[in-house]
Amino acid sequence: MAAPNVRCTSRDQYPRRWAKTLKLELRGITKSFGTLVANDHIDLVVESGQIHSLLGENGAGKSTLMNVLYGLYSPSSGQILVDDVPVNFSGPADAMAAGIGMVHQHFMLVPVFTVAENVALGAESTSFGGVLNLAETRRKIREISTQFGFDVDPDALVEDLPVGIQQRVEIIKALVRNSKILILDEPTAVLTPQETDELMDIMGQLKAGGTSIVFISHKLREVKAISDTITVIRRGKVVGSASPDASTTELAELMVGRAVNLTLNKADATPGAETFKINNLTVMNDAGQRLLDDVTLSVSQGEILGIAGVQGNGQTELTEAVLGLHKHVLGSITLDGKELVGKSVRQVLDSGVGFVPEDRQDDGLVGELSIAENLILDLYKSAPYSRAGTLNRAAIAKNAINKVAEFDVRAQSSQDAADTLSGGNQQKVVLARELSRPLKLFIASQPTRGVDVGSIEFLHKRIVAERDAGTPVVIVSTELDEVLELADRIAVLFAGRLMGIVPGKSSRALLGLMMAGLPVAEAQEQMKSQSESGTTEEGAQP
Amino acid sequence: MSGTDKNVPAEQTPGTPGAPGNPGAPSIPGATGTPGATGAAGKPTAPSAQGNADKPGKPEKESSASQVVREIMSGSAMISVLAVVVALVIGGILIAITDTRVTTAFGYFFGDPMATLKAIWASISEAYGALWRGATYDPGARTWQGRLGIFETLTFATPLILSGLSVTLAFRVGLFNIGAKGQIILGATFAGVVGFMIELPPGIHLLAVMVAGAIGGALWGGIAGFLKAKTGAHEVIVTIMLNYIAVSLVLYLLKNQLRDPSSSNPISPRMHETAMFPLLLGPNYRLHAGLIVAILAVIVVSWLLNRSTLGFEYRAIGANPRAARTAGMLVSRGYITVMLISGALAGLAGVTQLAGTEKILDADIAGSIGFDAITVALLGRSKPWGTFFAAILFGAFKAGGTSMAINANVSIDIVAVVQSLIVLFIAAPPLIRSIFRIKEARSEGVSA
Repeated sequence: MAAPNVRCTSRDQYPRRWAKTLKLELRGITKSFGTLVANDHIDLVVESGQIHSLLGENGAGKSTLMNVLYGLYSPSSGQILVDDVPVNFSGPADAMAAGIGMVHQHFMLVPVFTVAENVALGAESTSFGGVLNLAETRRKIREISTQFGFDVDPDALVEDLPVGIQQRVEIIKALVRNSKILILDEPTAVLTPQETDELMDIMGQLKAGGTSIVFISHKLREVKAISDTITVIRRGKVVGSASPDASTTELAELMVGRAVNLTLNKADATPGAETFKINNLTVMNDAGQRLLDDVTLSVSQGEILGIAGVQGNGQTELTEAVLGLHKHVLGSITLDGKELVGKSVRQVLDSGVGFVPEDRQDDGLVGELSIAENLILDLYKSAPYSRAGTLNRAAIAKNAINKVAEFDVRAQSSQDAADTLSGGNQQKVVLARELSRPLKLFIASQPTRGVDVGSIEFLHKRIVAERDAGTPVVIVSTELDEVLELADRIAVLFAGRLMGIVPGKSSRALLGLMMAGLPVAEAQEQMKSQSESGTTEEGAQP
Repeated sequence: MSGTDKNVPAEQTPGTPGAPGNPGAPSIPGATGTPGATGAAGKPTAPSAQGNADKPGKPEKESSASQVVREIMSGSAMISVLAVVVALVIGGILIAITDTRVTTAFGYFFGDPMATLKAIWASISEAYGALWRGATYDPGARTWQGRLGIFETLTFATPLILSGLSVTLAFRVGLFNIGAKGQIILGATFAGVVGFMIELPPGIHLLAVMVAGAIGGALWGGIAGFLKAKTGAHEVIVTIMLNYIAVSLVLYLLKNQLRDPSSSNPISPRMHETAMFPLLLGPNYRLHAGLIVAILAVIVVSWLLNRSTLGFEYRAIGANPRAARTAGMLVSRGYITVMLISGALAGLAGVTQLAGTEKILDADIAGSIGFDAITVALLGRSKPWGTFFAAILFGAFKAGGTSMAINANVSIDIVAVVQSLIVLFIAAPPLIRSIFRIKEARSEGVSA
């Protein structure tokens, strides 16, 4: 990964077309789906050459608004104005023609095509006889690439590129189509901290080149670092705008609508006996590829081990191997000295493991069953929920009422199907279930993904409470902030290998280097040499 | 691009998958959205970490068949009722346009339009009137047997209830059991062997026949369940093939070991009297005690699905096998046991058919019951009591269809058309919804 300071771009060299900028205005945009109002009279002005952040919780209506702007949805009412001229987009093609480009959170790239082919896709220039002419596209990609220091090879296959570069391809795609306004939808969700910093650099250069950027995020730190203007959306409405100088607490309050305690008050861990041990664990897929490679770690009672890493580096396999969901597992996993490898999921759960899967909708809940039933999904065989093979409905209902109250699950009735709940409430149901019995080990993957800031606070407290009750806790999260917040020690996985275990208070930069594949010793080395040469990045402070 | 909300699948952000109506309830890929198990788009940074794409050992993604079933089950009872109504209306149109009185009257439509309308009314009301009377009560019939068609309806319904339950139960676990036919045949064959080859005291003999039939069906269903669980072989293919094998197998046995020596046809000897279901209403009616077995089965299956831990597992596996597995349920064992039970129910349907109605085993013992069972389960929306009433309705079609053919001179095939239309409309809930402008009941998220 290229260090950001390698690039040098002269701002005088931008061609003329970058000089022309665009002002975008949304007036009273309302978008409703049936009775549900996703956007309620939203006014927004994106001045030319600015980075305008759209801050809001999941489900606040940010993405809906941007899809309206990009022509994917037609607004129920309201107007879009480009350079003070009202426009009417009937599809993304119109939006693109008007100079609006969008980089979706999940990339719209064809993995087996080259960068150039992907960029040309949809606007292919052909020579005589319909033969694809990529030379022009290649030239443009090189041009943009050198201008902004993108470092993208037009002939590389997209599937071979890391996520950060794929994102740049998406940006190039928009720029090639002459976009003056770039919408970036949660662009940092899939990036390592270093890649995030590089993206911030790129955004700064695009802005300097005259491109306006709409930056959608729910991460306060990033929004504060890059924006010129911040607009906060809550429940489909604009609740205010803020300058980037506003404090994180102020922004969080605006976003959630009430005072939020962002820092978790947790006492230092008082680790007890090391009861949970993983020794030389290797997990393979059916093809024999090692998804997890020789990982050894241990967790003590009363301690939270955070597992950091970019999505897809073996975290899923690690947690699933513990639970007994994987077939090809080598090595050993012991809890209280008892071997877990080779045990069935039922046996593992019965031995006192609480498990929150990474993907609650696919693995954690049965959407069609009621909330009450989901709250006993792995407890249904034990008293008091069933006896002699018969479910005890009264006990199930009583449990549901207690758990719904205790975990503040916002539901009309605990007899409603679980998939009527919002993501955050679904997650509360899963956590309520898994924390509702005496545990000897608690493993949670992405415990607060898609959960609003207010609920995160509550869920984090519950997890810390479980730790303080003397349970070894493993937290897997791709959100570095969450790992830093919760963990007493942090293990970093890259490509299925353990890069090292560092204390919970380690610096973001160090973790970032490890997440990018440097073993802990090398990462510390590099940190040292960087601080000596005085080129420490902005994100180096924890 | 003619931009409407729906016209954008290629560009739509996965952040709002299929839930534009529900932005208050962010789904997982929402905003923090790391792609998770389904996200092929967000490729991991690490070159060798391809864990997302192929999760080893995970149960397969649910088949399209079970998606169809879920779609059907999620519809309201109103959809089922309306499907029947629409099918009857279209059936009525067919009856009218194939009636010579109507076509003749239409010849002078512009001279006397009322004559055409009258002819249409007469044609349809006669046909459906005959159907209704044949299936329930016909005061004009000469014999009491003919007058009380309701008992004939229940006789026809008995095997349909049991086989419908068989399909229903499998549906709920996400399996499409097309094999009711084969399971009925095997159940009847096993029951027959006990029923006409062995002599046992009364009572015990019938019980033995029922147990044998259930075992026969369970065996045949269990094969499909076992193959599904152990090899992933799709149950639809397996059960269809097992149907063919069952037909040929019983024919072979009837030509050889099981053949009635006094007959030149491939049929079995008659069941012993002790092996047969007692008639409930005396010799004038065919209605037999198999109906009681069927009703008991409805109660048992209803309890099993809604009240037992096993049923809880079944429902969880059927709706989300991955979550069921994560919660410690043994998905593959669920597939095997449910197909055993499902097969046993279909086997019992074979028993009621043989030991209640037919009394002699032939290769066509299952008739159309095996496939009507699927229709009945769909119409009953995979609920035990829904299946019960759907089976009664189909029994009524059968009982009334004959009366309609004789008394109103309408081909009995119309009944088959109406039955098929019912399936068609049930399998396409959006069709019914658009005909009657029913708003799809969307669950609205409660915002956190």
